[in-house]
Amino acid sequence: MQYFLQNVVNGLQWGSFYALVAIGYTMVYGVLMLFNFAHGDIFMVGAYIGFFTATGLVALAAVGNIILPSWLILTLTMLIAMFLNALVGMAVERIGYRPLRDAPRASAAITGLMIGIILETGNLALLGASRLAFPPLIKPEVYNISGVYITNQKIIIIIIALSLTFMLHLFIRKTKWGMAMRAMAYDFVITPLMGVPLNTIIALTFALGSGLAAAAGVLFGIAYPVLGPYMGIIIGWKAFVAAILGGRGSVLGAASAGFLMGFIEIFVVMIFPSTMRDFIAYSIILLILTFLPNGFFGEPFSAKLRL
Amino acid sequence: MLLSVENLHSSYGNIKALHGINFHIDEGEIVCIIGANGAGKSTTLMSISRMKSVEPGSKMTFMGKNLLDYPADKVVSKLGISHVPEGRRLFGNLTVMENIILAAFARKDKKVLSNDIERVFSIFPRLKERRSQKAGTLSGGEQQMLAVGRAFISARKLMLLDEPSMGLAPVLMIKVFEALKQINEEGTSILLVEQNANMALGFSQRGYVLENGSISIEGKSEYLLNNPDVKKAYLGA
Repeated sequence: MQYFLQNVVNGLQWGSFYALVAIGYTMVYGVLMLFNFAHGDIFMVGAYIGFFTATGLVALAAVGNIILPSWLILTLTMLIAMFLNALVGMAVERIGYRPLRDAPRASAAITGLMIGIILETGNLALLGASRLAFPPLIKPEVYNISGVYITNQKIIIIIIALSLTFMLHLFIRKTKWGMAMRAMAYDFVITPLMGVPLNTIIALTFALGSGLAAAAGVLFGIAYPVLGPYMGIIIGWKAFVAAILGGRGSVLGAASAGFLMGFIEIFVVMIFPSTMRDFIAYSIILLILTFLPNGFFGEPFSAKLRL
Repeated sequence: MLLSVENLHSSYGNIKALHGINFHIDEGEIVCIIGANGAGKSTTLMSISRMKSVEPGSKMTFMGKNLLDYPADKVVSKLGISHVPEGRRLFGNLTVMENIILAAFARKDKKVLSNDIERVFSIFPRLKERRSQKAGTLSGGEQQMLAVGRAFISARKLMLLDEPSMGLAPVLMIKVFEALKQINEEGTSILLVEQNANMALGFSQRGYVLENGSISIEGKSEYLLNNPDVKKAYLGA
């Protein structure tokens, strides 16, 4: 039983990264009917921005002889990384996707792949091949709750991931910007007739998704403190799977699919050797998709929607 | 003159839809464009709301401003032209209330807005009853009411209406047109496009007949109602 609960916690943490990255995927897919294949690399960029911010803050505190509490460094790192990565996401949209808005869908899709490669190799050219170590922002503490070992890191990661998901969900359901996003998911073409500036909403969509990806990057750096230019590829692909499994445009869908995938991967390793993890995990997910081809909770859309 | 359209050309690929049409709307007027399916009526409205590109040489002026300087969302929010598109095109995944709130996206006059929303609900009490229902679950008549109500909220100097009578039972059609009359009396000019020529000419003050992308006859609606050519082609007489 303890072993099981232990893995529930591990699955929640592992799923947190998928969930946060998947939300950015599904939002862009919802609003623009576009797979932003650069999103995994935007996550990587977010992790790097987090690395430089955190390292800088730690160094600044050391130079100025100020004692910054670690929660403050963590909070500042999160906020700065999310903000700067939001700008990165908006730039990717503005430079990469907007000029191809009316191009065939396949051109937009390869644009994403190319932007991804440019971000990876740009990082490689700029910072070299050596991996970077994310500074330890949270002093690890282990709690033993009747035999289940939980670190404070895991708790913080899970709480931040869940609260960001919930905040974004509220934003999408309750604000006029969120309504505009859902409206565009339903009938993109007609939305300007409501006085909605499409480009602003699209930029906002990229900004929010990239901000969450940066949050995922910082949290990932806390849990697995080694960063490399290609760290976003596999997580990006799996988050993409979670986005589709969750249903087009659905924040809660993407998040729950992300957590589900985290659980499946962790529980497969409970039973099978870890070399078989993704083989078995993704066979299961393929099976789920066979029975739920529309995903968990996709936004419906008008038959007139441009595809 | 509220809106003047001169030499409006538009095409879909190699197919010309409008061959340089001219028309105008005065402040407070109800003007209709009648014509058969495919004559270019919807294209005309979509050109005005900037949803459809026009060809060089086309001129459109709204209250002294060059309409072509404005993108589609600014035509609504800055110029005050709303458009009820063909087939209503409601956001079926949003509730009635959310559709209305979205239509106010660019409005900053929060106080006036809440009065306007109350006004929509007083014109169409059915919408108030169904305010938290998804727009996709409304009946055809209710959908048309919401489409008009939403346009009323989005902008109100000029309302473009594309086939508001389509698919409606006569009782509901009369209801919708009565509401439009009220909206017009409160100061909104209306450009109406209809296949139902009887209804359109009975409702408007002036009309244009659009035939294969050109205006063939124009004049006062009573005149058009009695014009033998119009009668023969569009009024089924």
